[in-house]
Amino acid sequence: MDFNDTPEEAEYRARARDWLQQNAPKNPPHDTETPAGMAAAKAWQRKKAEAGYAAITWPSEWGGGGGAPWQAVIFSEEEAAFETPGNPFVIGLGMCVPTVMTAGADADKTRFVRPAVLGEEIWCQLFSEPGGGSDVAAARTRAVRDGEDWIINGQKVWTSGAHYSDFGLLLVRTDPDAPKHKGLTMFWLDMKSPGIDVRPIHQMSGGSNFNEVYFNDVRVKDSQRVGALNDGWRVSLVTLMNERLAVGGLGGPSWRAVMRLAQDVATLAGPAAKDVGLREKIADWYVQAEGLKYTRYRTQTALSRGQTPGPESSIGKVVSASLMQDMANTALELEDQFGIISDPKDAPLAGVFQSALLSAPGMRIAGGTDEIMRNIIAERVLGMPQDVRLDKDVPFKDVPTGR
Amino acid sequence: MDFDFSDDQKFLKSEARKFLDARCPTSVARGVLDDPARSYDADLWKAIAAQGWLGTTVPEDYGGLGLGGVELCAIAEELGRALAPAPFSSTVYFLTEALLVAGSDEQKRRWLPKIAAGEIIGCFATSERPGPLSEAQAGARVEGGRITGTKAPVTDGDVADLAVVLAKEAGQISLFLVDLTGEGVRRETLQTLDPTRGVARLTFDGAPAERLGGAGEGLALAQAVLDRAAILLAFEQVGGADRALQMARDYALERFAFGRPIGSYQAIKHKLADIYIKNELARSNAYYGAWALATGAAELPVAAAAARVSATEAFWFAAKESLQTHGGMGYTWDVDCHLFYRRAQQLGLMAGGAKAWKERLVSQLERRNVA
Repeated sequence: MDFNDTPEEAEYRARARDWLQQNAPKNPPHDTETPAGMAAAKAWQRKKAEAGYAAITWPSEWGGGGGAPWQAVIFSEEEAAFETPGNPFVIGLGMCVPTVMTAGADADKTRFVRPAVLGEEIWCQLFSEPGGGSDVAAARTRAVRDGEDWIINGQKVWTSGAHYSDFGLLLVRTDPDAPKHKGLTMFWLDMKSPGIDVRPIHQMSGGSNFNEVYFNDVRVKDSQRVGALNDGWRVSLVTLMNERLAVGGLGGPSWRAVMRLAQDVATLAGPAAKDVGLREKIADWYVQAEGLKYTRYRTQTALSRGQTPGPESSIGKVVSASLMQDMANTALELEDQFGIISDPKDAPLAGVFQSALLSAPGMRIAGGTDEIMRNIIAERVLGMPQDVRLDKDVPFKDVPTGR
Repeated sequence: MDFDFSDDQKFLKSEARKFLDARCPTSVARGVLDDPARSYDADLWKAIAAQGWLGTTVPEDYGGLGLGGVELCAIAEELGRALAPAPFSSTVYFLTEALLVAGSDEQKRRWLPKIAAGEIIGCFATSERPGPLSEAQAGARVEGGRITGTKAPVTDGDVADLAVVLAKEAGQISLFLVDLTGEGVRRETLQTLDPTRGVARLTFDGAPAERLGGAGEGLALAQAVLDRAAILLAFEQVGGADRALQMARDYALERFAFGRPIGSYQAIKHKLADIYIKNELARSNAYYGAWALATGAAELPVAAAAARVSATEAFWFAAKESLQTHGGMGYTWDVDCHLFYRRAQQLGLMAGGAKAWKERLVSQLERRNVA
């Protein structure tokens, strides 16, 4: 057990920090929904790519850094200390492009990987549908063969960044007579293709990062297929595995912010900072947050040693999302009537807890709900049997769907 | 960054597991449970001594192996997994650590070789009344080198040869070494939640007592020992929690209800996932503690409190929900679930309860924030 960097790690860290100090933009705009914010994000991505700090673990012939996983971890730790622009590339570089690299044709890899690393092209992931959020394999969006083309009709939902994406990775039903998991196929497509209609979803937090995406006779070529015909479910597992690693730390306020708030609040029994109930909660939150941090260090250690990380990395999202929700709720209780106010101008600590309260439900759902994550831990880590299922070994068209 | 056991430590750990699998199946703990006359398994204790584990962190000059705290953590996890009914923690985490933290060279020379050789058993006697370590626990008095007063509950106090005792002398609270085999010592075995471990009330009536560490430093030294013991106990708790999860998992796979394994119901799957999550958080916090213990880092008090809080929560949750997963069978004497349920409480309380440790954690964090 050595908590400190090895000389090699320390040297890499020092070099990364030095580079960041010289190159990170000063007070860049964060909001990638604005043209200035998007331009700043793209410029920062290109700068990192040219210095080998984008896609650090990918081969340099694809535009990556040709480095080791521990280097990627160290760089992202260092980068987090800087005010960098927003990052609209996570879904492309974290999920879609790795899927193309694993299952796509050579020509597609040559065409797409480098521009994605350079931040020139942005990707979205078109998997979830109104009839299948947790149940991704229930996709009903149809692709029907027409010569060398496929014609696509249907609807996707919860598509982050579809409105500014250049390309999408699309899961469609190619054989409704086959069992559910055996009639799906993966394609890439140009988001400017005729017949695509992107409509923003207004989230409860007030933002609109997600979209509904409608397909009306959209044509894709068979050469845009990623992986074999009707093998889309297996291909999608590559993407989903990467998704769970990509949705990691959530940001938001920490136990420190609650401590700071408690210093300014008086309860009926004295200063809130001395409130025993609150102090016990802070201890519980601290232990969870630190436990997650050290769990990431264990993962990093496995990567440094050239081993495959253990399943412990699967606990991150399920712990941190509820932690954020619980902390936000307790902080608002502490603020008492002022907890109602969400305007950063008037709310304590610029409204961080109100903002966390409104974003926490999304965190507990996105990238696998708490319930799905617990199923995954139980099945894949602990070896529990799958739930009893009514959707296997029957033609997809005969699977019960409710309304 | 190297945040895991090294290959050598993993080897030590797997050898420890093999040894305990062979020498300490749960029938050994049951032997102690079912025999009120015994409070530990003497054969197991001898075998543990023969392994050299009792001298793991004792310097070679004093007859030990001179290994680091992380090696001891690896052994602790396996002892916890095996529910070892032996006075290991009292002797090694408490007495040995107390001697290393506060002992004079003469005291170390006198006692550490005996500990390493398995010749004496230790105990840590601070508590006198309900509540955490504080001045209120120092009712015992030392005058003219002799101690008077009562300490309870003292884990392994019924079989120990040497006690570290918190007491007051000339108005100052200090630690003292008391030879329990000598005059002026009365012991009563107490009935406890976990009969696989021995616990006693020690009554001193003029027993010779020798100060351990500086006069007036008793509370600070006792806390320093508790910090170190908390990290080692956290590994025992993590080991126990891991085993409880494994038992629940195995049972959920083999037990059928309504025509299918109960492990296929989400109510059970999600319960097991929650145990796994708490266990992993506890393991990670314990690893941080192991690092602090081995390096003597300034973060040790915070790391100890975090390891303690996390591990106590994890073992308690794993033990109670593992029992629940076993249904009615889990509530029987013959199924092992209650051994873990009992041990979770024993370990969760013997170095101070989670409530006090949470307060200690937050007050340390406040101090660090100010500094």
